[in-house]
Amino acid sequence: MICVKNLSKYFGDFAAVKELTFDIKPGEVVGFLGPNGAGKSTTMKMLTGFLTPSGGEIRIADMAMDQSAQMIQQKIGYLPEGAPAYGEMTPLQFLNFIAQVRGLKSGEKKRRINEVVEQVELHEVLDKPIDNLSKGFKRRVGLAQAILHDPEILILDEPTDGLDPNQKHQVRTLIQNLAKDKIVIISTHILEEVSAVCNRVMIIAEGKLLFDNTPETLLSKSRYYKAVTLHLSYSTDISGLAELPGVRDMEVEQKSGRVTLFPEADTDILHLVTEHIQQRKLPVDTLFVENGRLDQVFRDITHGSKE
Amino acid sequence: MINVLFKRELASFFATPVAYVFITIFLILSGVFAFFIGGLYERGQADLLPFFNFHPWLYLFLVPAIAMRTWSEERKNGSIELLMTLPITTFQAMMGKFLAAWAVLGLSLLLTFPLWITVNYLGNPDNGVIVAAYIGSWLMAGAFLAIGICMSALTKNQVIAFILAIVVSFLFVVSGSGIVLDAFKGWAPSFVIDTIASFSFLTHYESLAKGVIALNDVMYFLLLMALWLYGGLLIIEQKKAD
Ligand SMILES: Nc1ncnc2c1ncn2[C@@H]1O[C@H](COP(=O)(O)OP(=O)(O)OP(=O)(O)O)[C@@H](O)[C@H]1O
Ligand SMILES: [Mg+2]
Repeated sequence: MICVKNLSKYFGDFAAVKELTFDIKPGEVVGFLGPNGAGKSTTMKMLTGFLTPSGGEIRIADMAMDQSAQMIQQKIGYLPEGAPAYGEMTPLQFLNFIAQVRGLKSGEKKRRINEVVEQVELHEVLDKPIDNLSKGFKRRVGLAQAILHDPEILILDEPTDGLDPNQKHQVRTLIQNLAKDKIVIISTHILEEVSAVCNRVMIIAEGKLLFDNTPETLLSKSRYYKAVTLHLSYSTDISGLAELPGVRDMEVEQKSGRVTLFPEADTDILHLVTEHIQQRKLPVDTLFVENGRLDQVFRDITHGSKE
Repeated sequence: MINVLFKRELASFFATPVAYVFITIFLILSGVFAFFIGGLYERGQADLLPFFNFHPWLYLFLVPAIAMRTWSEERKNGSIELLMTLPITTFQAMMGKFLAAWAVLGLSLLLTFPLWITVNYLGNPDNGVIVAAYIGSWLMAGAFLAIGICMSALTKNQVIAFILAIVVSFLFVVSGSGIVLDAFKGWAPSFVIDTIASFSFLTHYESLAKGVIALNDVMYFLLLMALWLYGGLLIIEQKKAD
């Protein structure tokens, strides 16, 4: 549904986005990850028709962006970075304006405005000028505006930035609950958010696409993926753990005394470890399987590109 | 669609004090100019010529003040990104903004009606002439406005937009004033002088203010509006993000 080919954007000599190529199909919830200045927002601005690409091609719903921008924009809901709005308006006036521009008829308009106000919990601020709202509420107004016309494609630039934990949760649920035939693209700096809501991750650094796969695959790149961490009540001989088949490495963290066993690629070692613990009657008080550590994978991928 | 954008823009003029401040200052200044400097009362004639004669100079400073925010503010707070990713054309956005500000200018003019009533009370003016002069003044205000909006499209800094608009408008005003024309007289051929004068707001406004609605004067202001708005439109499309 979204086809991007060799997309580039130059600001003067500076290449903010370099030769991006990807397709996104309905049902995909894509997370854009990347360091500051990576080109995430710039890419989104081109996908929404705000910036004209310096090179390459964007096709959305079988229409070319440079020819049918308006038709495409009707299908897109967009939350720009920083959630800009018209500050002198109240959220209610603002949503009314957006609904009119989006061509919603009066009955439909009322219904949709009530729905989104419900979804992002705007009741208490509906009649205050947006300028006077707190950062999180401003973000929610922007979000409400983006989903108002129930778009097929939702592009959200850092949607949960500045939201309280309850609201973060709410927004993630909202994204998950969107009909299964929609396209959602979010950018975020919260790595956990990606495994929580996305089924596809793109890591962009210095304008280049460095990783494009599922969150699980990203996790599996972590050294900690499926590693087993345990803690002993008192110290005893644990060298046997390191010799178990499938265990590649063992690390003991000095401060907490936690022991981590790293598996060889694609092996589950949990059952072996628990068996061994039972046999030797090791005084284990904590034991869990690691999920993979995204921050470390993120660092590896984005720094790796610099070397 | 222009209708929806127009209403939002107009509402924003009145949600912020911009419109009220503008209208108040316009009314005070036009009154001061007409009575104290133009001698509307002392002239002993039942017309509003002194009032209308000061409009170019009034607009020179006041219209850029109302035009400067149109695009600069959108750029500054990033709402331009929201606006331009809605399914509307730049033309529609431009027209919505222009018409809303022009309506505020029209409203300011309408609110000078006590003057009109006063001259009708004091004497027996030709009301047709006065209506024509009002229309002429409003047309000229539109031309000032189009220049201001174009300058506002150039920059996210409202102060710069304001100053640029004054400078450009000033050129259009003075090109027909006696000082400039005198400077050319004596050495430049008369067609040069005529050409310079024909670019001037003053030349075209002069007869309008006297109540003569000539097609070429009206066309001049309409054309000027179209050109400057088109210029602004090109600028916005070229550099939306900077
Ligand atoms: N209008 C502009 N003019 C010049 N350079 C720009 C412009 N917009 C963005 N850039 C540059 O392009 C690069 C990419 O910016 P972009 O906003 O896309 O980054 P990002 O990935 O969204 O970063 P962040 O995580 O901080 O939001 C940055 O180096 C930025 O300075
Ligand atoms: Mg960004």
